[in-house]
Amino acid sequence: MAVCTGCSLLCDDIEVSIDGRRIAKTKNLCRKGFGRYRSLTSDRSVPRVDGKQVGIDEAISRAAEMLRDAKRPLLFGWSCSTLEAQRKGIELARKTRAIIDDTSSICQGEIVDMIIRGELPTCTLDDVRNYGDTLIFWGCDPSSSHPRHMSRFSYFPRGEKLQRGHEEDRTAFLIDIRTSPTAKILAGNFIQISPGGDADLIEAMLAVLDGKIPKVRDKKAMISMITTLKKADMGVIFPGLGLAYSLKGRMDRLKALVSRLNETTRYNVIPMVGHYNMRGFNQLLFDETGFINRVSFGDGVDHGPMYSVVEALKSCDLALVVGTDPISSLPAGIAKALARVPMITLDPHRTLTTELSRVVIPTALSGIEAGGSALRMDGVRIEFDPIMKSEYPSDEEVLSKILEEI
Amino acid sequence: MVSVMEIYQLTPKLNCKKCGLPTCMAFAVALLAREKQIEDCTPLLEPKYEEKLKKLREVMAPVAGATETGLIIHEDRCYGCGNCVVACPVNVANDPKGSAIGLGPKSDKVILVVEDGVVKCLNPKECRRFGPNRILCNLCTATCPSKAIEFV
Ligand code: SF4
Ligand code: SF4
Ligand code: SF4
Repeated sequence: MAVCTGCSLLCDDIEVSIDGRRIAKTKNLCRKGFGRYRSLTSDRSVPRVDGKQVGIDEAISRAAEMLRDAKRPLLFGWSCSTLEAQRKGIELARKTRAIIDDTSSICQGEIVDMIIRGELPTCTLDDVRNYGDTLIFWGCDPSSSHPRHMSRFSYFPRGEKLQRGHEEDRTAFLIDIRTSPTAKILAGNFIQISPGGDADLIEAMLAVLDGKIPKVRDKKAMISMITTLKKADMGVIFPGLGLAYSLKGRMDRLKALVSRLNETTRYNVIPMVGHYNMRGFNQLLFDETGFINRVSFGDGVDHGPMYSVVEALKSCDLALVVGTDPISSLPAGIAKALARVPMITLDPHRTLTTELSRVVIPTALSGIEAGGSALRMDGVRIEFDPIMKSEYPSDEEVLSKILEEI
Repeated sequence: MVSVMEIYQLTPKLNCKKCGLPTCMAFAVALLAREKQIEDCTPLLEPKYEEKLKKLREVMAPVAGATETGLIIHEDRCYGCGNCVVACPVNVANDPKGSAIGLGPKSDKVILVVEDGVVKCLNPKECRRFGPNRILCNLCTATCPSKAIEFV
């Protein structure tokens, strides 16, 4: 059985048959995961320094040299690399007195932070499958982002206490701004809100929980939803990016709702983390520094919004990018600022970021060509072995070499 | 998706019974249910129905890949999410340690599996919609987020 590192579900029931270096047949991989496996033979990056193809060792040495000379490097990415590589990354940040940040600072960081600090109750996806009888998907579309979420863990499968699965034992609600593919499955329990309307919806839900009439258009539907939510044996809320963006800076509202629901029954929160090991980076950095992201190792450990990738770009003189493609994914203005900083990029594939980098170091695809471990979206550690040999070094090996050379 | 009425309009409307059924309407229903072939209507093969035959072949082409139960898979739309695999009651009954609990199927008696990122139909004869005692089960299609599977 192989593990898929296509998203933070880290599905570990994948069957793969290989023929030399070609993936001959796969079972149980969703389309997204299959895409990752298939990418093995497409668009691989090549070692380059200043636009010229070089040997991989030369690229690594040049990267070490640049990091040694930099005054204020930014080490960014990490969410698509193994725990072992992330550990090396943090070590490298300490050694080079760098700023280190990952994609969570522009993603689900706030919610993950509250979970790691114990401010929001959480559970594992296996608990959800066995006991989660009432679910709320909020500001997310699992059918597109985590295709096997509903079939493996949350809605459809039979669990220890839920032998009839979704047919009788589970209820799921979806709160979102648009009629997504998931909304089509949960049609009867889809609550459509306007963009930014999440906080208002929470106030309305709190009002009903307090026995008041909510200030919403469909009062009846709201009251009936809350009646169902209160009857749960174990409820789970899955916040997605939509909720994270909408509640930015007002996360106390989510906390208030969860604790209010917990006065009657048990509710847990599992954020719909996208990249396969963002949760792992957050946990590792937290264990070492007390913060999940946005850390500067300049003078001891410092933390704050000025060390988020967005702000740090303004002051850094070098960026090391590992396992992410910020030039394509960051807002255009920030991507432009990043493109002005000399970049060293570790990536298995050619991306817009590798195209604009001074130094490109190709690495092995984790889960396929390289082993390691990662934390699933619920914080459960999943280990994986490579399923084939690779001509490329892993992120961890490259970072170790850089560390040695500095 | 093609309808019975549409197919009926393209039959010779002779009610000649040469196909073994009492009416052309019954033939249209049987054609859609995969119980009869276009060629079973011999008059349709005569030159004067050439136009109708051509049209009928065209409208039936999209459902050509349907199984004996009428299940069609549009691979291009499938996410490989496996909702249908886990929701199918036959999969659940035949594979309690695999698809019933959300994992990849561990039994070869399942109907639906995901291979290379898209769903495949393995044992259509196990489907509740197959054979004389069929029932109108639709759990696989109702749980599909992209309408990648349908019944004709
Ligand atoms: S749901 Fe995620 S981890 Fe599972 S197979 Fe799909 S991409 Fe891979
Ligand atoms: S119709 Fe019912 S029995 Fe047949 S494949 Fe679909 S879910 Fe399974
Ligand atoms: S047919 Fe639909 S439910 Fe089944 S795997 Fe494909 S997208 Fe999912």
